[in-house]
Amino acid sequence: MAYTEEELKKELETKEYEYGFYTDIESDTLPKGLNEEIVMAISKKKEEPQWMTEWRLEAFRSWKEMEEPEWANIHYKKPDFQDISYYSAPNKKPKYNSLDEVDPELLDTFKRLGISLDEQKKLAGVAVDIVMDSVSVATTFKKTLAEKGIIFCSISEAIQDHPELIRKYIGKVVPRKDNFYAALNSAVFSDGSFCYIPKGVRCPMELSTYFRINQAGTGQFERTLVIADKGSYVSYLEGCTAPSRDENQLHAAVVELIALDDAEIKYSTVQNWFPGDKEGKGGVYNFVTKRGLCEKNAKISWTQVETGSAITWKYPSCILKGDNSIGEFYSIAVTNNYQQADTGTKMIHLGKNTRSTIISKGISAGKSQNSYRGLVQVNKRADNARNFSQCDSLLMGNKCGAHTFPYIEAKNKSAQIEHEATTSKIGEDQIFYCNQRGIDTEKAIALIVNGFSKEVLNKLPMEFAVEAQKLLEISLEGSVG
Amino acid sequence: MGSKHTENIDLREKLVSSFLAFQSHVDVDHPVHDIRSEAIRNFEIKGFPNRKEEAWKYTSLGKLQKIDFSIFPKKVNALEYSDVKQYFLHEMDTYKIVFIDGIYSSYLSETTHDGVDICLMSAALTKPIYEPIIELYFNKAAKGEDSLTSLNTAFSKEGAYIYIPKSKAPIKPIEIIHFATGKESSLMLQPRNLIIAEENAELQIIERHQSLTSNDVLTNAVTEIFAAKNSIVDYYKVQNDSSNASLIDNTYISQKQGSAVHVHTFSFGGNITRNNLNFYQDGERIDSTLKGVTILNNKQHVDHHTLVHHQQPNCESHQDYKGIYADKATGVFNGKIIVDEVAQKTNAFQQNNNILISDDATINTKPQLEIFADDVKCSHGCTIGQLDEEALFYLRARGIPRKEAQALLMYAFANNVLESVRIPELKLRINKLIAEKLGVHLGFDL
Repeated sequence: MAYTEEELKKELETKEYEYGFYTDIESDTLPKGLNEEIVMAISKKKEEPQWMTEWRLEAFRSWKEMEEPEWANIHYKKPDFQDISYYSAPNKKPKYNSLDEVDPELLDTFKRLGISLDEQKKLAGVAVDIVMDSVSVATTFKKTLAEKGIIFCSISEAIQDHPELIRKYIGKVVPRKDNFYAALNSAVFSDGSFCYIPKGVRCPMELSTYFRINQAGTGQFERTLVIADKGSYVSYLEGCTAPSRDENQLHAAVVELIALDDAEIKYSTVQNWFPGDKEGKGGVYNFVTKRGLCEKNAKISWTQVETGSAITWKYPSCILKGDNSIGEFYSIAVTNNYQQADTGTKMIHLGKNTRSTIISKGISAGKSQNSYRGLVQVNKRADNARNFSQCDSLLMGNKCGAHTFPYIEAKNKSAQIEHEATTSKIGEDQIFYCNQRGIDTEKAIALIVNGFSKEVLNKLPMEFAVEAQKLLEISLEGSVG
Repeated sequence: MGSKHTENIDLREKLVSSFLAFQSHVDVDHPVHDIRSEAIRNFEIKGFPNRKEEAWKYTSLGKLQKIDFSIFPKKVNALEYSDVKQYFLHEMDTYKIVFIDGIYSSYLSETTHDGVDICLMSAALTKPIYEPIIELYFNKAAKGEDSLTSLNTAFSKEGAYIYIPKSKAPIKPIEIIHFATGKESSLMLQPRNLIIAEENAELQIIERHQSLTSNDVLTNAVTEIFAAKNSIVDYYKVQNDSSNASLIDNTYISQKQGSAVHVHTFSFGGNITRNNLNFYQDGERIDSTLKGVTILNNKQHVDHHTLVHHQQPNCESHQDYKGIYADKATGVFNGKIIVDEVAQKTNAFQQNNNILISDDATINTKPQLEIFADDVKCSHGCTIGQLDEEALFYLRARGIPRKEAQALLMYAFANNVLESVRIPELKLRINKLIAEKLGVHLGFDL
């Protein structure tokens, strides 16, 4: 590795800190820019084996050849990929010393979402008595999981401890060359989660509970791999209803799900990253590749509530490879102010008797643009494939837009595919009805929106459903004139 | 003809170089010629669309471009009426504008200048009396970036010209028929139609492209329709061509306040058929109707691309496309509805239902909505399925053979679209074509 003098200096600086009591954040950041050396440096920092380094490098080489996709219905200033620092150690230093220092607006939101005080502190980045709450709770969880033989750890740990699983499955569902952002992620992913459910095991808890407490700044290039072995079941929740004030503008995550024979994975996402201010300044670019592979009789269910990010580009997909496998997609995407979302799903029917359901609810307000983009593909050998898709859009105000781009491709005569879409606004009569009964307009709208999204909210794990409902309310605040 | 033929010459190059020869046949000082020259430049830059373009994702013109088409027919071919009578709607009296290999056939036609103008594009493009109208309308709806439309514009010379003045209506429907004989070689045709209905005018048009040869035929047609205030235009496209004939049919419709335009497309034949049907609503209380029945077998390929652009408030659009696909046929439906910010109170409906009756048949459908106004009702529905086994059993239990029972159900499936055909003779003809296509004799008129 050819070091520049400056890099060497940095390297030495870091080294010194290894023995220090705590790591200073600033010195543990790689210089801006992206090249093979940076990729190798990331891999080295994570003490990865040689094959992983090679894997990353190959991804980087293909990324260099690729172009940023432009087909999505979103407009933004393209990020300068050489102006980003691709590695920064998790932020260990608390941002605030007590809750009083935290932005009161943020605290108010927490309160309304019904998040417990300790969690509030954790989420806002307030120093928490770690030994007392989170870790102890986390340890109990860890014990329960270990008893069942469930592996749940960060992906860097998994690369060290379970290389055989990682080697076998990483990049299997989302190949490195899949798309621009997936290639970028494969080259530079900082961390993420790994989960393996052994044969016939039903994961005793929503992995969300654990995750929410244990979530540390996993960085902007997250990589998640969930493997459900034969006959197992897991419910996994990613993200958080709490608003997250992340400084990283570009997020390019990859999520791979593998459901082996008779397994079931339920993956729920609540995304509420910084959407930019009311004038559309700032905000997170969220370019995510999510895909699941279903073997025989397996089932993958994606549920997502997308309220944050300035730009969302996300298509959780299911490859229904095994016979009798099932794919589901339930989504609520809310855009307000200047947010733009282009989201949807792909259902690829390869096996016989495969079934898929798509329910997508888009709500646009302010000056936002909300698109549903989906593909239902029935291949020649997928006898008796069945799909039902429904995408409904709700428009609030006439400065926003709702768009649908559903692609349907059928190559088998026994396929049964239904697709329907509607676009409408909240009826004045509905609001009038509520007003008459003493419910003010803002509450009435929340009520109607919740009703509109009910089919999807019902699919969320209980506690999150409650929070997500409130989240919808908050996201649409002030959108009614 | 100035172009020299070489083997496997690129069709695009050939067309561009043929434009030089074409210029010697038209009046280059006419204002329209500037439009032509600009159009050929656009085509030269863009060329034929390929599958990398979103709008052509499912339809490839690659094979057609390898064919050595003759751009200009070598000589005038005549046809006897008795030989082609079956392609006319002979059960009723109609005005007829007939072209053989792109050349007007006065013998087979019946035109008029009595109160309304039902005549030829070549006349409209050359005679000074038509100049103000041409200047006002020609290429006004079709102008744009589309390369195939530009190609047609560049070679625009002949086609149907129909002008219905204020509050007039022709006494009978108008048939526009393009025959291709192409006796010597493969033939490329580029008819250009201009149809203008002034305020309160009403007319009905039936259009057909028919190849009578086993040589390849490629038709790249452009039709512009201008429907002024409160006018009514009914347009029926009958596409039942031979298996060597391909059609790219570009239709641009500009509607003003209170007008109603209904376009029905019946696609039963041809090799590759691509319909680009574009509606632009430029006024309030407009009604646009797009309906289609597609029944395909063998290796046929039909691609329906529709666009309805709602630019003003209080308008409606209705789309209903039914498709039945057998053998190795491929069907594409891409329906796009755009509702502008100002187009409040828009009602836009779109439906696309398909039946696959073979494992080798393919359907690709993409109903697309782009909505920028909030007080609208827009919906689309799309299904792919099979005939109901129980209904089939019911019919067969009553002694109806399987094939006939299937045909009955398929007919019922397509019937919604047929119901709105307002010329009874045409409806009957379509029914017969459907029965023929399904290969059954039901013993009664459907």
